[in-house]
Amino acid sequence: MVLGALTALIAIGCGGGGEGGGGGGGESPTAKIVSDLPRQGANRAQTTTMVNAINLAIDERNGKAGDIKIEYESLDDATAQAGQWDAAKCAENAQSAAQDDEIIGWIGPFNSGCAAVEIPILNEAGLAMISPANTYTGLTKPTPDKSEPDKYYPTGERNYARVIVTDVQQGQAGAAFMNDEGVQTVFILDDRETYGKGVADEFQTAAEDLGIEVVGREGIDGSAPNYRSLMNKIAAENPDAIYFGGIIENNAAQLIKDKVGAGMSNDEVIFVGPDGIFVDELISQGGNAVEGIYVSFGGIPPEKLGSAGQEFIDKYEENYDDAVQPYTAYAYEAANVMLDAIERASKDAGGDVPDRQAVMEQVFATQNYQGVLGTWSFDDDGDTSLTRLSIQEVEDGEWKLDRILDVEDMQ
Amino acid sequence: MTTVEASKSRSRALIDGVRDSTWGSRLAVVLVAVLVVLVGVQAVKEPAQFTSQLVIGVTNGAIIALVALGYTLVYGIIELINFAHGDNFMIGSFVGITVLSGTFAGIGLFAPISSGSGALLKVAGVLIAMAVAMVACGLLGVGIERVAYKPLRNSPRLAVLITAIGMSFILQNVGLVWKGPAQIPFPELISDANILPTDAVVFRWKDLFVIGVTIPLLVALSYFISNTKQGKAMRAVAQDKEAASMVGINVNRTISITFLLGGILAGASGVMYGLFNGITVFNVGFTQGLYAFTAAVLGGIGNLTGAVVGGFLIGIIGSMADQYVGVRWTAIVIFAVLILVLVFRPTGLLGDRSAVQGGGQ
Repeated sequence: MVLGALTALIAIGCGGGGEGGGGGGGESPTAKIVSDLPRQGANRAQTTTMVNAINLAIDERNGKAGDIKIEYESLDDATAQAGQWDAAKCAENAQSAAQDDEIIGWIGPFNSGCAAVEIPILNEAGLAMISPANTYTGLTKPTPDKSEPDKYYPTGERNYARVIVTDVQQGQAGAAFMNDEGVQTVFILDDRETYGKGVADEFQTAAEDLGIEVVGREGIDGSAPNYRSLMNKIAAENPDAIYFGGIIENNAAQLIKDKVGAGMSNDEVIFVGPDGIFVDELISQGGNAVEGIYVSFGGIPPEKLGSAGQEFIDKYEENYDDAVQPYTAYAYEAANVMLDAIERASKDAGGDVPDRQAVMEQVFATQNYQGVLGTWSFDDDGDTSLTRLSIQEVEDGEWKLDRILDVEDMQ
Repeated sequence: MTTVEASKSRSRALIDGVRDSTWGSRLAVVLVAVLVVLVGVQAVKEPAQFTSQLVIGVTNGAIIALVALGYTLVYGIIELINFAHGDNFMIGSFVGITVLSGTFAGIGLFAPISSGSGALLKVAGVLIAMAVAMVACGLLGVGIERVAYKPLRNSPRLAVLITAIGMSFILQNVGLVWKGPAQIPFPELISDANILPTDAVVFRWKDLFVIGVTIPLLVALSYFISNTKQGKAMRAVAQDKEAASMVGINVNRTISITFLLGGILAGASGVMYGLFNGITVFNVGFTQGLYAFTAAVLGGIGNLTGAVVGGFLIGIIGSMADQYVGVRWTAIVIFAVLILVLVFRPTGLLGDRSAVQGGGQ
């Protein structure tokens, strides 16, 4: 743990190149924001660019929001042992931030499961959160599980917002894509987890609305050695497409291998998944079998962003050596929304450091925000009004943009 | 006694048996009969689908059976559930993939053998990978026994059991450090093509490979145990360690050889698993080990034939449940069958032969 904190400190030391020279006498009041991302494991390269993007957003304002000096710390919610986010680490980070009065803004987390742990803790502390990457619907909107989303907000007041579209839209995008491709019948699979089952449910609703017949629904065991008998059964049903709601860690590559192995090639039976399998690792694991599969991604790739987005990419590449990843622009947007909210809140407070409550209110007051993702607003639940998603395809061993879908009409 | 009398007494024994049986076991027989009929009806309705699933079940079961043998061998001799065995299996698949990649500890020894290599190279690669994994896992098994189990041979059985669980965790973490937390692909060395001329039933080269490796190994093991001097020594140690050592059998060496055999089977099945499924992962030993252990208990732990029967049964029940019940329920069906069997036959289907092979009661 100490080591984790140390590396986080070093990361700040390296990243914050433009934070003014020498001790300025400490005249201006100081406030702190933190980000919470998995800095170890499969998504490390991605989260590094996200931390860079947040640093960039702060540097562009000369380290200030209004008259307030902003300090930034990057927290790590992953452990080396797990190789991914860890619920205990998430809770620990949230608890220590809740007790640090200097912290008035929280950017993150990356994983929906981690958000489910953190939101209640930070809700009690009244700390505003903006996530660049969580897509699970139940965090903000009702789901078949009646206790959601209220169970995440013990105080009854909302403190969590996100700049990425939710799984509702991802499910809709998957269904709209299949409809475009002339799919009549679909078999739905999920990995029996919060995220995977959730997005598969959303897909099922959207598909049925579009008149696609659901010929079967199954939940797979993520640690099974293979899925041959399942795929053999599905092949007998002869569907036009298969949808899989789940994450790559739950044996997605094996599932696709066995699908192709059972005689259902990706040309004849379309395979669509959510962003949980939108990882380069899937291609190295699946080899030829994943050639021609599709995934939906709850955003649009950097190269398709508008002019403000392109400006951001140029600026990023000027300042950092690594390339922009799918979620980098979303982290930048989240940071800017947070900093603007702090600026407005401090103006109301007469140039002083605002309290957490004021920041929270200002985050939710974000309307017609003109950012790198376009012009958008938060609704009352803290969800973005953006409705454009992308469909990606594996082509020649690489993810390629297939098309961009606007699911606004399906709301 | 004439044959007529013999058959008469046999049928009387059967009737007496039914009369003596409890309502519980009668219910179980009826239940099994109903299940068999239900599956049979499906088999008649859709014979091709049924046969395909049967093939899948048999091949999956063959891998489970090989791992189960390792559990049951060790249990038969020293009455220990060797939980590290499943993880030895995982190490076997990792050794196999390392051999095929041609690179060890950062030193490239030869070009990786992949799906694009020539047929001869593929065959050689498979054989060498298997041989290396069998040797490595055999030695690993012996090493584990020496380091972790031998010093505790006279301590309470729980102590050894906990040590075995500890070894399992250590091996899992070795795998984690070695190959990382993500699933690792195996090269596609064996063809996915169907051997049979018809499309209705799929029997691939891969399936043939699994059967072709499993059956000879089973035959060889059974020959070794029943026909060689060392096998006789193993059976003697299983019956009574002290008496065996009194007649001059080296008990330590015999136990070591048991672990060597178990490890060899784990190594072979690990590589076979990887080549067959195409993906392996650091915790594969846990899930496969759990099913293999279940198979060993189902067939009667300590009983070699039982382990094989149990392995094939679990494979077949699994694929039938996938087809006719639903994937969500497969694990539940398998363990429900296990519970049912244990309720009515506490020593497993073929009986716990460890009274003969081990335990000495």
